Amino acid sequence: MSEEEHVLELLIGPQHPASGHMRLVAKVDGDVVVSLRPDIGYVHRTVEKLAETKNYIQIIPLIERPPLADTANHNLGYVLALERLLGIEAPPRAQWLRTLLAEMTRIHSHFYGLGIHGIMLGSSTAFMWAFWDREIMIELAQRLTGARLTYSYMIPGGVRRDLPPGFEDEMDKALRYLERRIPDYHKIFFDNPVTRARLEGVGVLRREDAIRLGIVGPNLRASGVPYDVRKVDPYCAYPELDFNVVTREEGDSLARMMVRVGEIRESINMIRQILKKMPDGPILEERYLKMIPPKWKEWMAQHRRIKLPAALISLRPPKGEAVARVEAARGEAVYYIVSDGSPKPYRFRVVSPSIRNVVLFEHLIRNCRVADIPAIYGSLDYFPPEADR
Amino acid sequence: MVCGISGSMWLGDLERTARKAARWLVERTPIRSLRDWGIAFSLWPVHFTTACCGAEFAAASAPRFDAERFGFLPFVAPRQCNLMLIEGTLTKKMADAAIWVYEQMPEPKFVIAMGACAIDGGIFWNSYNIVRPKDILPVEVFIPGCPPRPEAVARAVIKLQKRIRRGEAIGLKV
Amino acid sequence: MASKSESQVQGKAEAAPPGEIETLLGEVLEGLSPEISSARGAVSVKVPPDRLKEAAERLKAAGFDHVKAVTGIDRPDSGEIELVYHVSSYLDPRLSKWIVALRTTLPRDNPETPSLYDVWPSVKYHEMEQREMLGIHFSGHPDPRSLLLPESYEGVPPLRKDFKVKVEGINA
Repeated sequence: MSEEEHVLELLIGPQHPASGHMRLVAKVDGDVVVSLRPDIGYVHRTVEKLAETKNYIQIIPLIERPPLADTANHNLGYVLALERLLGIEAPPRAQWLRTLLAEMTRIHSHFYGLGIHGIMLGSSTAFMWAFWDREIMIELAQRLTGARLTYSYMIPGGVRRDLPPGFEDEMDKALRYLERRIPDYHKIFFDNPVTRARLEGVGVLRREDAIRLGIVGPNLRASGVPYDVRKVDPYCAYPELDFNVVTREEGDSLARMMVRVGEIRESINMIRQILKKMPDGPILEERYLKMIPPKWKEWMAQHRRIKLPAALISLRPPKGEAVARVEAARGEAVYYIVSDGSPKPYRFRVVSPSIRNVVLFEHLIRNCRVADIPAIYGSLDYFPPEADR
Repeated sequence: MVCGISGSMWLGDLERTARKAARWLVERTPIRSLRDWGIAFSLWPVHFTTACCGAEFAAASAPRFDAERFGFLPFVAPRQCNLMLIEGTLTKKMADAAIWVYEQMPEPKFVIAMGACAIDGGIFWNSYNIVRPKDILPVEVFIPGCPPRPEAVARAVIKLQKRIRRGEAIGLKV
Repeated sequence: MASKSESQVQGKAEAAPPGEIETLLGEVLEGLSPEISSARGAVSVKVPPDRLKEAAERLKAAGFDHVKAVTGIDRPDSGEIELVYHVSSYLDPRLSKWIVALRTTLPRDNPETPSLYDVWPSVKYHEMEQREMLGIHFSGHPDPRSLLLPESYEGVPPLRKDFKVKVEGINA
């Protein structure tokens, strides 16, 4: 048999046991993957083109759909770029509320990633536990914003709602519960010999490769690069928070998972600090607050929420462009808006963390066993709709 | 075969007749109800995630909403599944895959379209890369919402079960 | 887990002040006729299309180690496509504070430019996307496949301005 006949092309997906939405085209020699290329675009919904047909405020729900498990961070990235373009800044309390929701989203998004990784490794316990604990943060976010996942909470110049009564106590209970839970996860999943055997030393991403390929988020930090937008280019309330950038040196699948666990712990600490230090004050920028008629202001004070002023509906930013970046749960998200002075963007560019990490499939899944594919896939916390946009 | 060639000349093909009679019998009330009751409580959705509603679908299968209590458990291989959930937007590239997966499922099979995108495009209604599931698949139940809450998924399952038990489901008639 | 001191050092590192980054870019790109401007906290450098690759190599040598985004902007009025590379650094804390937009303009009817894959491998998927979305030809790019659109897609690249989608409202 010639060399080439040994190698088979194996098509995995788009219907496959992992969460789907993408196809992996693997060349296998026996049980060893020789090379693999990801075939993406199964969830390409043309967000960038549609954004050009929508008013600025209508884009908020549009960009929330692709990263559905991590909406608040992307909402924040877009709003920051838009505010930069408009030359406004949200008042302090709104900045803290944004940070609060961003960290809550980070926690439930990381639990989502852990759960999906668990089911890929065949550990339904990890899936069930992670999805249960995720619901706690979702429930609290729902009390704050009114929606389970698609919050549309941050608007240019502020946020839509203030903290509901009794939120601090509920959150305190939830955080104490989550802190108690993490050791349980260690016992049953992270320190489980089966998990260790499947993840340790599998899919090692070296530090220089991570930098060369432009990897972002926990996948980058697991290879020993302490790059976190919250530290490098702090936004909202992050300059005033005391937190560590979680990094690991190993760069393998286990390290990527453990970075996420470490970030859950850091987020728990951050939420405590936020609730303690949050300043009082308005939650919408003064310029827009002035436009609201007095009878609505009473209603707003009573219900602790904003009535959208008409000026926000047809925003006309000046001609120019703005770029903003945030540290979303899966990594750095970059938003780039080019305005021509009309109520719709001239060009709108979203660079989500997943599209920057997709190169890892072809880089990491090479010279490994077919059985390692789900272990590596899961550890990347790759969310296809976010990559395809 | 008992009757051989000469027998089949007079009686027809016994095996075929028996199969016909069995089908006739199964379609009669007591047995049909029993069959439909069985189908209604063994819905196996194929693990086929088309878009972001998959996150809420996963939450529906998770402990808090626990869709398994309705006899509803996602399964990997389309050959052993009888329910397909279109979870959100169906892009052109994914639509081909959806048809392949649907064709591989054994009958009777049912389709639930989840989310506003799967009804008429939702927020992506004017996108150039989407397909409406109702144009390519026989959809039984639509779930509105963007994304629908897990409770809505559970409600759709219950609704589908009712339709099956009443014999109204399109999948039973194909 | 990272030692506390390491991450804090990075957080507190002094970023290059506004004037300094422009001076630095001017020194790095000397002789390539760059137009350096800054607005809203972002720095942009415009170079002629034939100098793009050289500019990229010099920026890489100066410490800009990855590309965050590659964006093509179709401008039918001037018959040009603007190509923007947002570059930054992971390792140099003075540079990572900044996102530098390296930009150039290409003719709209034949947009061809050398791929920067040799300089920054992180551009791979971004360039593939811009190729199918705007019809920009990146010569020397290792992967000729389409990325997001179906292989069978034909017609005007979707992000060109003459590709129209339906809009809602009375003007539709």
